[in-house]
Amino acid sequence: MYKRSFLFYFLFLYCFGFNIIAEESPNLGKAADISLIKNWDISIGTDGYELPAGSGDAIIGKEIYNQQCIACHGAKGEGLLNDKLAGGHGSLVTDKAVKTIGSYWPYATTIFDYIRRAMPYLSPKNLTNEEVYALTAYMLYINNIIPEEMIINSEILPTIIMPNKENFIISYPE
Amino acid sequence: MKRKIYFSANNGLIDRRFFLKSSAVTLGASTLSLMKAKPASSNDNEWPDWMTKPGIGLSGYSSRSSFESHVLRKPAPVLGTDGSGSSRTPIQYLQGTITPNSLHFERHHSGIPSIHPDEHKLLIHGLVDRPLIFDMNQLHRYPMVSNIQFLECSGNSRPNLSKLPPKGTCGDIHGMIGCSEWTGIPLNILLDEAGLKKNANWVLAEGADAASLTRSVPIEKAMDDAILALYQNGEKLYPSNGYPIRLFLPGYEGNISVKWLRQLKVTENPMMTREETSKYTDLLPNGKSLMFTFPMGVKSVITSPSPGLNLDQIGYYEISGIAWSANGKIKSVEVSADGGNSWAEAELSEPVLSKSLTRFRIPWKRDGAPVIIMSRATDEAGNIQPTRENLISEKGSQVSYHNNSIQAWSISSDGLVENIYV
Repeated sequence: MYKRSFLFYFLFLYCFGFNIIAEESPNLGKAADISLIKNWDISIGTDGYELPAGSGDAIIGKEIYNQQCIACHGAKGEGLLNDKLAGGHGSLVTDKAVKTIGSYWPYATTIFDYIRRAMPYLSPKNLTNEEVYALTAYMLYINNIIPEEMIINSEILPTIIMPNKENFIISYPE
Repeated sequence: MKRKIYFSANNGLIDRRFFLKSSAVTLGASTLSLMKAKPASSNDNEWPDWMTKPGIGLSGYSSRSSFESHVLRKPAPVLGTDGSGSSRTPIQYLQGTITPNSLHFERHHSGIPSIHPDEHKLLIHGLVDRPLIFDMNQLHRYPMVSNIQFLECSGNSRPNLSKLPPKGTCGDIHGMIGCSEWTGIPLNILLDEAGLKKNANWVLAEGADAASLTRSVPIEKAMDDAILALYQNGEKLYPSNGYPIRLFLPGYEGNISVKWLRQLKVTENPMMTREETSKYTDLLPNGKSLMFTFPMGVKSVITSPSPGLNLDQIGYYEISGIAWSANGKIKSVEVSADGGNSWAEAELSEPVLSKSLTRFRIPWKRDGAPVIIMSRATDEAGNIQPTRENLISEKGSQVSYHNNSIQAWSISSDGLVENIYV
């Protein structure tokens, strides 16, 4: 009797263990190739190591802005149909907070990431990396964060400290 | 039928179980007539048209009664666009807890993409042992779960943060809330298949819309109750809710449940995307801002009566509404008809589910005097819905997201229902 239940015990362990291995996952995913990942992965973190080659300054950025962005965001980012992009400094502690790139955004890398993926609204993903760098430089310039002639590239962008950076508190985990 | 009424709070709130109890008919001094004979019109004596000939034929897909065509979302696009912005669910016309797919609120950042499911793929990469790519056929073979859970935009109820109470319906103010049976794949199965590396702390989710919307999700949530939803209320997701696949994070602010999901990138740190820095953050009066405030707090609202649903009769009405919390189940909802001086417990209709909408109801005898009705929810974690005054004094007048404060409706003697701050 004892012997028999022992056998069952091992049989049970064997089946149970086998099932766990087999059902870990259906394993239907295909290995993703590196070139696909490279093409799809356009997100830029705060240390900026994903930033592409290229560079641009606010002088070129202004030209692109005045052709492709001004209709929604107004001259010099003062806002029109859509978000105001410049100004609002010092307004966050008042009753009329004006959240702009300069007054609110904590990271400069987010500007590049967002313009490249989502702007201009009617034709996103059509700008070259050079153009995105130039527009990023223009956003920083109209917010008095960099001088007009400063060249922005993958090394410089992550080092730019945004004015409101220290005012963000991470609430997760609670 | 006449029963003795037990009032449970001022201004005509009746014991919540009064009509649910078996017929303990008593001869009380205070009675309520349930059946009021309606004078028969001449038409009532003839067969209606639809009973004298066969109705319309069978069809492949039903539509609602043409007499209900006024029940619509109200699209509010961002200036210069027709696909960005929101449309809010007309919750004042709905009952129960499930939001019809065609009326579920929308919040898009660059319109609704028309995605061919055969051409859509999901990529999982970043800090994983095996970067994987899936097509929709493969994904449909994975184990699935179904859960009835709410989805709320963190900007819901923002209109009530303005200085003066906004006009508009209950849906115009609070309609960025929905509740569905979501069916999909537990995300932890796919992340386990890819194999998380030691420093995998966050997952960046990206949508396949023109905005390529991105949000960073904590790995704990991704491995806990997150699903990749394929179905909503039994049907494949509608394009406006993320067809063919969306992330769904129960209880979290809606923006992070990324629609049209295209890739998941596992990272060590949050990516600090535009949505989680410049938009869905909570500015405090001292100029500091809170990031990653994900859970939607305990909340309730009376959907009926509410503005637009005016009361033209004296006597019995049912006060009814919805309650929800990211912290689990709703434990109780109290209703006041005197502006918050006295409260009566409302009946919670089953099922009462975690991170889901719960329908509450309480009978009410309207005597025609002006009243102010309110509801206040408590969740199973003991959180109590705050008053508007408390919320603003705690978070400051610039508060913009996560407004879960108590809604008050005033009802005038002639039955007009209006938004009011108390």
